[in-house]
Amino acid sequence: MDYRVVGKSFQRVDAVDKVTGKAKYTGDFFERDMLIGKVLRSPYAHARIKKIDVSKAKSLPGVEAVLTYENVPHNKFATAGHPYALDPKKRDVADRTILADKARYVGDEIAAVVAVDELTAEEALKLIDVEYEVLEPVLTPEDALKPGAPLVHEDRKDNVLSSFGYEIGNVEETFKDCDYVFEDEFETSIVQHCHMETHVAYAYVDGNGRIVVVTSTQIPHIVRRVVGQALGIPWGKVRVIKPYIGGGFGNKQDIVLEPLVAAMTLAVGGRPVKLEHSREESMVASRTRHSFKFKIKTGVTKEGKLVATHIRAISNTGAYASHGHSIASSAGTKFRPLYNFKAIKYDPVTVYTNLPVAGAMRGYGAPQIHYALECHIENIARKLNMDPIEFRKQNFAGVGFQDPISGVRTYTCGLKECVERGKELVNWTAKKAKYAKQTGDKRRGVGMACFSYLSGTHPVSIEIAGARIVLNQDGSIQLQIGATEIGQGSDTVFAQIAAETIGIRMDQVHVISTQDTDITPFDTGSYASRQTYVTGMAVKKAAEEVKAKILDFTWGMTDIPASALDIKDSNIIYKHNGEIVMPLEEVAMRTYYDVVHAKPITSDTSNNARVNAPSFGVTFAEVEVDIKTGKIDVIEIYNVHDAGTILNPQLAEGQVHGGVSMGLGYALSEQLLIDEKTGKVLNNNLLDYKLPTIMDTPEIGVDFVETNEPTSAYGVKSLGEPPVISVAPAIRNAVLDATGVAFNQIPMNPQRVFEKFKEAGLI
Amino acid sequence: MYNLGNYYEAKTVDEAISLLAENPNLKIIAGGTDVLVKMHGGKLEKAELLSIHGISSLRNIKVLEDGTISIGPLATFTQIANDSNIKKYIPILAEASESMGGPQIRNVATIGGNVCNGATSADSASSLFVLNAKLRLQSLKNERIVPIEEFYLGPGKVDLRPGEILTEIIIDKKDYSGFSGKYIKFAMRNAMDIATLGVAVLCKFENNVFDEVRIGLGVAAPTPIRCKEAETYAENQNINPATITEIGKLAVKSAKARTSWRASKEYREHLIKELTGRALKEAIVRGGGVEIA
Repeated sequence: MDYRVVGKSFQRVDAVDKVTGKAKYTGDFFERDMLIGKVLRSPYAHARIKKIDVSKAKSLPGVEAVLTYENVPHNKFATAGHPYALDPKKRDVADRTILADKARYVGDEIAAVVAVDELTAEEALKLIDVEYEVLEPVLTPEDALKPGAPLVHEDRKDNVLSSFGYEIGNVEETFKDCDYVFEDEFETSIVQHCHMETHVAYAYVDGNGRIVVVTSTQIPHIVRRVVGQALGIPWGKVRVIKPYIGGGFGNKQDIVLEPLVAAMTLAVGGRPVKLEHSREESMVASRTRHSFKFKIKTGVTKEGKLVATHIRAISNTGAYASHGHSIASSAGTKFRPLYNFKAIKYDPVTVYTNLPVAGAMRGYGAPQIHYALECHIENIARKLNMDPIEFRKQNFAGVGFQDPISGVRTYTCGLKECVERGKELVNWTAKKAKYAKQTGDKRRGVGMACFSYLSGTHPVSIEIAGARIVLNQDGSIQLQIGATEIGQGSDTVFAQIAAETIGIRMDQVHVISTQDTDITPFDTGSYASRQTYVTGMAVKKAAEEVKAKILDFTWGMTDIPASALDIKDSNIIYKHNGEIVMPLEEVAMRTYYDVVHAKPITSDTSNNARVNAPSFGVTFAEVEVDIKTGKIDVIEIYNVHDAGTILNPQLAEGQVHGGVSMGLGYALSEQLLIDEKTGKVLNNNLLDYKLPTIMDTPEIGVDFVETNEPTSAYGVKSLGEPPVISVAPAIRNAVLDATGVAFNQIPMNPQRVFEKFKEAGLI
Repeated sequence: MYNLGNYYEAKTVDEAISLLAENPNLKIIAGGTDVLVKMHGGKLEKAELLSIHGISSLRNIKVLEDGTISIGPLATFTQIANDSNIKKYIPILAEASESMGGPQIRNVATIGGNVCNGATSADSASSLFVLNAKLRLQSLKNERIVPIEEFYLGPGKVDLRPGEILTEIIIDKKDYSGFSGKYIKFAMRNAMDIATLGVAVLCKFENNVFDEVRIGLGVAAPTPIRCKEAETYAENQNINPATITEIGKLAVKSAKARTSWRASKEYREHLIKELTGRALKEAIVRGGGVEIA
């Protein structure tokens, strides 16, 4: 394909703004008379509020308002950043109110203060007297599922949010046709996104009585809807603005601060109020990744053909639904394009506990299930005495697969090539031989794991995206999109799609990075690795419309039929020989100022993507294990992806670096630790929560096997979340290779490795 | 936002000790990497701070004529890690300094603050313990010199009396000359982390026989410690794998490790044994001795 803009490593459109500090984030805006909001948090995992006395807090000079469940609206709302569903049965569980009379985890919001500054607000929090009736908490999913367990939400009589699963074929019957049936159990931990910029928002009431919320969010249009729902006001009375954002990873695909900060401004007559999470609050009171427990049972033939699998999963959603069962459902969906099973049964259950709330996080259930599945597959290959790579390869579903439930078809799949590439990169064969018989205190091994993912949420949710283009007098354009740039580079890639499609230079595209629900075209936001796939098509459609209008206008000016014209490097050219007819600028000027025909060219386009495309990839890792200290070092790591066409190689590589880094932490060190008795998070800061630093990160090798997906603009498939998915199982399989010890729980931190090595007699 | 009571700045030691004499409640702040974290965490409310950051005379690192090394308590970890005399005479302290925090922290955090903060995890402490460092403490009325081992009283508790400030860290020539050493910081991360265990070892040997071995541990007890039993055993022992294993085992005896959510007692003790041996082996190699597998 001969592209001029697409496929090239153009500098990020926000690069200069960000590195020079000119980029303004939510916390950089100052409104006159801005007040500060602070939240009083529950010290108990489960307690009923019997009485709150705010009189002392209210009388503290500088305190403007104190909010409790008694003086805020009681409308129930759901916080998950999903598109609204007209069908009530498909809506997220609405189990929140702005403030409640019950605390459901340590850190739950009990009351809030608005004051002239942070210190006064904090002082006021100490003056609020709360009388609690302390209730017995449920701190594990197992305890929550016991008959008669205390109820996190009274209207959920069994603490079960949902147990909706599926069965494809008949698993029990199919097991009978298998030569072997293998069973394994796996467990993943609660981890946190740790985006650099914590949740922050401020709100005020404008002169027309509308609430304006400026917030660090991935989903401005959804925020608008939920603030409206929570306050019980028409959605049009809310305006949401999203400036630059310092990372989200799914944690900002959720409504965390906005209804409360909106209630705060209403409580002080519309004065601006800012609410910002400290890191300690962010670690506990935003969202986390669901921890899962899996039991997997898989039947295979003696030739090594995967036939049937039965996956049982317990997902711990914490105190409120947030994305709830959608995570378990997504987990059960996204691995299906990977292997060819005749029968699959998926039995998930998502359980409430009195723990911090789990929500969306990069991969959305896929890292959990792929950890389990790819460790399980490795175990099976070893038990069958088969090469784990060949075993996987002969079971790949590949091109032609059609998902029996969603109907999504695999038109493109470069997975086999990805595996071959990765195998070469890590020097698999030589290392396998070299590390076959080791005895020392430091042992090395290689491992790999594969994944499949989807590009967006179709057919589960509506996939609607908007783009707007305005052609300027000089032939440049403004590009507005509803999908949010959250660091992943979508604005740059959208600019490339627009430039390529219209035929203008990259420097002729001005992307408006800020989303403002009053101005921005409708788009549900950035999540599900949907932007280039879903919104990219909206941009392409808008650009095609602009191009067609330009050529039509030129036809009117020149009498050369539009069909004979094209645009290249911001010039109108003859299609047949490339000769320049006139600069685009000349046409653009006419569209504004021609005394008869002036009609500035714009497009306002929406794309409702009723398609989806599986993307694929593999991680290869080499580790060195210090047997005596339990420390695992990743020596080499490679991610090879089939993400369709790569629109911007450098940005794509950056995306993979970030995902692999997150996967390294997931595999080796990260875990939110909970006090078993009180439910309190023990490591609510970045010292004690072991997010890896750059010093813990090996050189990350990245490669792509490009395919040309027919259902998207320029052949793209998802790449936002996928890089994190297969990292942890690849490292686990490498550790197994090095030591013979099979870990079935992450993170594999030194303490846990030590215990397991003792058990295995290595220490 | 920090909830400050009052804030004073001293430009000289005399000014600092006079201010302290007037108001013994003043909390001394140097680099601020511990004090501000405590204030942020609400552990130190409305503190009245006395900044000694501007006392330039307390920044110097010198080797005196008699070989004594004098370290100003306001020397930052970056400064210590890069100081040519420290690297030449007591490289173990440079090694410890480099393991501390991250570059930004090391640029402002001071060794004096690290010591006076009283944490068992202080990266400089176990090295200073094996170097038999002495601390000069000065108040308006008095000046005294205290061995570092006696200075640490308990977790977060040091023998800094009201009105006193630390003005010098002293290491005598006899405590480093002829020794080779190694500091191992064992942490969950390679940077920006607190030690799970810090092991500092110094040794002196001749003809493959230990003359003296000193072992300092951080996070093995409520304060940094020396492993006297292991040290006594090591004297005049032949250098061989069995001796080193035994030294590692004996080091555990001095420790008072406990189980916390950060690590279990069993694991900590295992690490003490293992890493003491590793540090000693490396120290031997650095001293020109044989490599022991």
